Amino acid sequence: MKKVSIINGIVAPLDRSNVDTDAIIPKQFLKSIKRSGFGPNLFDEWRYLDHGEPGMDCSNRPLNKDFVLNQKQFENTKILLTRSNFGCGSSREHAPWAIVDYGFRAILASSYADIFYNNCFKNGLLPIILSEEIIEELFTLSSDQLSISLEIDLEKQIIQDSNNFKISFEIDSYRKYCLVNGLDEIGQTLKYESAISIFESSHKEKYPWLFKEIKI
Amino acid sequence: MAGKTLYDKLWDAHLVRSDENGSDLLYIDRQLIHEVTSPQAFAGLRMNHRLPRRAGANLAVADHNIPTKDREKGIEDPVSALQIQTLGDNCDEFKIPYIPMEDARQGIVHVVGPEQGATLPGMTIVCGDSHTATHGALGALAFGIGTSEVEHVLATQCLVQKKMKNMLIQVDGKLEKWVTAKDVVLTIIAKIGTAGGTGYTIEFAGQVISAMSIEERMTVCNMAIEAGARAGLIAVDQKTIDYMKDKPFAPKNEDWKLAESYWNTLTSDTSASFDKKIILNGSDIQPQVTWGTSPELSLNIHDKIPRKNPEYLNALTYMGLNESTSISDYLLDKIFIGSCTNSRIEDLRDAAQIVKGKKVASTIKLAMVVPGSGLVKKQAEAEGLDRVFKDAGFEWRDPGCSMCLAMNADRLAPGERCASTSNRNFEGRQGQGGRTHLVSPVMAAAAAINGYFVDVREIV
Ligand code: SF4
Repeated sequence: MKKVSIINGIVAPLDRSNVDTDAIIPKQFLKSIKRSGFGPNLFDEWRYLDHGEPGMDCSNRPLNKDFVLNQKQFENTKILLTRSNFGCGSSREHAPWAIVDYGFRAILASSYADIFYNNCFKNGLLPIILSEEIIEELFTLSSDQLSISLEIDLEKQIIQDSNNFKISFEIDSYRKYCLVNGLDEIGQTLKYESAISIFESSHKEKYPWLFKEIKI
Repeated sequence: MAGKTLYDKLWDAHLVRSDENGSDLLYIDRQLIHEVTSPQAFAGLRMNHRLPRRAGANLAVADHNIPTKDREKGIEDPVSALQIQTLGDNCDEFKIPYIPMEDARQGIVHVVGPEQGATLPGMTIVCGDSHTATHGALGALAFGIGTSEVEHVLATQCLVQKKMKNMLIQVDGKLEKWVTAKDVVLTIIAKIGTAGGTGYTIEFAGQVISAMSIEERMTVCNMAIEAGARAGLIAVDQKTIDYMKDKPFAPKNEDWKLAESYWNTLTSDTSASFDKKIILNGSDIQPQVTWGTSPELSLNIHDKIPRKNPEYLNALTYMGLNESTSISDYLLDKIFIGSCTNSRIEDLRDAAQIVKGKKVASTIKLAMVVPGSGLVKKQAEAEGLDRVFKDAGFEWRDPGCSMCLAMNADRLAPGERCASTSNRNFEGRQGQGGRTHLVSPVMAAAAAINGYFVDVREIV
């Protein structure tokens, strides 16, 4: 996984709460057996005027001009600003895959659904939780100007713009450690192989029936 | 010393190690696998030259994409066909137990798990699917995970997790007849909101929950995720133990005795404390119909659709509803009885009772019943339920997720209005532009007969 340290970029404001994973990447695209290529279908139903299906050439599809990602000033955005309970619904990791594939590196929201939040970290995407007041302030800033740019410093846990906006944010230290060092979580867990084996033997002694293999 | 909650007990029994920063390594007893969220996990294993740690601790079955009719013709959509083929191939390669489409035991992963005894009380259970919460009804810690975590569990049999907080939702008293588990859980979600349980594991308790069958408890836990909680739990009691008895993969003989005595400890201690506690009265709960595009936007069948405040505007517009009208004023186009929330044998029995001897309203374009598994289907046929449905004008299909998420051919056309026993009413969930109202199986059956929503209690 790529290391994450400083993210610098334009903020795209998506002014909605409860954005669910099906809005992020509609189910028809979940039939893919790959983990890349979902970017053109991110927010598909909001972004295009026609109905999207896998395999379509998205560059020819009619755009919904009102949708934030279709507006000129948010081209090349790297930071998604949204509201509460972002990523609710299904566990599909296709949601963060699509967000990353589109080019986003960080999300700013007042809360996230648990599974989505977890999935972001596995894909080098930084979901930051900010208070509702700060989220509101950022929405106001974004609507006052054509677009705002922010710098997110993960190591220092600071977000700032080139003017007076500067705030700190919280993040779990293990997750930060993995992001900053670009660590593969499975590799990390495998370091504890002996602890797992010891646990497994005692678990087996206590609950032997859990170790019967399923045979179809 | 304060006692432990059921969640604490399950967590502690699976704790491999703790980190100073509060993230734990948790041992996973069972992983369920389906076609949509697993191909990239297997690809990851392959890429890193890793093998499953305990292949036989997994169980795979295809459900999301699978057709619900004319199966003998194969899968028409080549993209779906490839995904299902890939699941079979991956299971072959990595020696993962797999129930193929042709097998009578095939069905929705959350119906198949308990039915086969592949999911048991006291287990930690994961699946790349948010409705894994369902299995919490057995007194297991079960939660949905993403694809990277699927790969993580395959490779290590463990997951890095942070412990959630404890919430207790207690439903006291008694439900009125024809008020169901679905109405209970929709009422809970309407009360606490779709993010109300975020960061918590919810234990459901109280007289109403105790009085429920295991199937009904699964309906409640299934939708814990719709209240934002990754896991829902219900304490083990005699019903749980009776339910597990003789399930194909449940422990046998000596193992059964050991398991039974362990399972009997799987309740929250009376002295346990919860971070949050919510109490409802069962007799206040009325049949529910969701009117919006989030499961929390639900109303009692006799209540009016709420007024347009700005927050509701999107939902009302999308759903084609007017404020202050009654939900019964709107004609329905389709009826869907199925999904991991409500496709078990009891659901079908209940719905059949309402339908028996009646006809689906002529204005309904399609009414369908999709049993949760091949075995549910067989059982229903043995009881003659298929005839009841077919005589009334319902289609009787093969098991799968079907129109719960419309990844296969079963879906709503834009603007179509559907009474659905599934769990999500998000925009486009059942097909682009489709309008979903979540209800119980008996409410869906009553709606099929009338062509619009009615209070099921008034027609029986
Ligand atoms: S029935 Fe619906 S909710 Fe359940 S697993 Fe299938 S798609 Fe998910």
